[in-house]
Amino acid sequence: MQVQSSQSISVRTSEDVVAVRQLVRKGSLLLGFTIVDQTKIVTASSELARNLLIYGGGGVAIVEIVQNGGRSGLRLTFEDQGPGIPDIELALRDGYSSGTGMGLGLGGAKRLSHDFEIDSAPGKGTRVSIVRWKAL
Amino acid sequence: MPTSQLARLLQNSFDQLLAEWKSSQFATVGRRLSASDENTLSANSREFLTLFRQGLETAEVQDQQAPGWAPIREFLVALSASRAKEGYTPSETASFVFSLKEPLFKLLSGEIKDPVELNREIWNLSRGLDRFGLLTMEAYQKSREEIIARQQREMLELSTPVVRIWDNILAVPLIGTLDSNRTQVIMESLLEAIVSTRSDIAIIDITGVPTVDTLVAQHLLKTVAAARLMGADCIISGVRPQIAQTIIHLGVDLSAVTTKATLAGALQVALQRTGAAIVKGHGAGR
Ligand SMILES: Nc1ncnc2c1ncn2[C@@H]1O[C@H](COP(=O)(O)OP(=O)(O)O)[C@@H](O)[C@H]1O
Ligand SMILES: [Mg+2]
Repeated sequence: MQVQSSQSISVRTSEDVVAVRQLVRKGSLLLGFTIVDQTKIVTASSELARNLLIYGGGGVAIVEIVQNGGRSGLRLTFEDQGPGIPDIELALRDGYSSGTGMGLGLGGAKRLSHDFEIDSAPGKGTRVSIVRWKAL
Repeated sequence: MPTSQLARLLQNSFDQLLAEWKSSQFATVGRRLSASDENTLSANSREFLTLFRQGLETAEVQDQQAPGWAPIREFLVALSASRAKEGYTPSETASFVFSLKEPLFKLLSGEIKDPVELNREIWNLSRGLDRFGLLTMEAYQKSREEIIARQQREMLELSTPVVRIWDNILAVPLIGTLDSNRTQVIMESLLEAIVSTRSDIAIIDITGVPTVDTLVAQHLLKTVAAARLMGADCIISGVRPQIAQTIIHLGVDLSAVTTKATLAGALQVALQRTGAAIVKGHGAGR
């Protein structure tokens, strides 16, 4: 997978979450995503950026335009040095929230993207990466 | 020099001091003052000098908390508040008190011959006036903050108009990002409006909301539930196809809520439910 361009935003406030959404929307427009694809990836980014802020205590969001075998897509990576997720399977379960949320963000982001990777351990922080490919 | 003597000196040279202070203020403000601004400034200056002289009769300049200074403190707070409202800059506001130093010290140096005593008097007065200046700035700052907070509240209200579009039917068009602060205000004003208009149906239009994530969905569902407790049903309109698809992928269950793609569609449902209907027909005048 080749990275064509990369931009990052530090996420410390809820205004930064808005900025992440705007950057993701810009990237998906640049790639010529359909309105449905745009909406899906922007919404996924909103979920992950907010988790980064609320549970991770802030971190960085990286937005990349990537290519793989003639396909192009948008890769979003969210990294924090927060408390980490003790039980990833539980965190991904629909309806589970350790806070006051609906518990649908992590699972929802996974369903809204094509590739989904999560790397997290207690005390180590959390890194979530998703890709949505442009429809051919 | 005892403060009572200073008070007497101020009394005897009152007019001259006032004139000099006013002209140095006009100079520091730097911009052209309207006739009414000039009048206000003259009146303010006269009042301050009078209060200052009266204060000196009973209180030490250094002892700012003395009861004798209460009137001047009140006066300065009120003056700063009105200057903040009228758009005076911070330095214009601060210079009101500070610009009194020069003419006042000039007056003192004409009066006190002993340089050591003169120095001490100037130092004392200077510290006292500095404190009045700081009080002025604090009050100015506080008023500015109040003005900004009020404007923010007004904007929050402005951005969430609850409109009565029909007998018993309310509509709230939501526009922009729904950060929790605003959503709270929207929810409250919608619920209040439901009660005050005795409406049965509220249409929440999200056409202007670019992203509906789980946080927005949660706020919407809470609003719908609260409205239901008040006896009103909600219809969510502006659920475009891409939003509907995304909500389903998120796993949010909106099946308990009536949703419509357009505001017109929602209005139609609302009218049917309330028993009213729009009938196509000829205009009344024809
Ligand atoms: N970056 C993160 N750091 C630590 N914990 C996280 C992070 N992201 C998600 N989690 C955990 O996963 C849970 C589920 O997340 P999510 O599905 O988005 O639901 P919600 O945000 O509504 O709680 C969260 O309640 C939290 O415990
Ligand atoms: Mg979440």
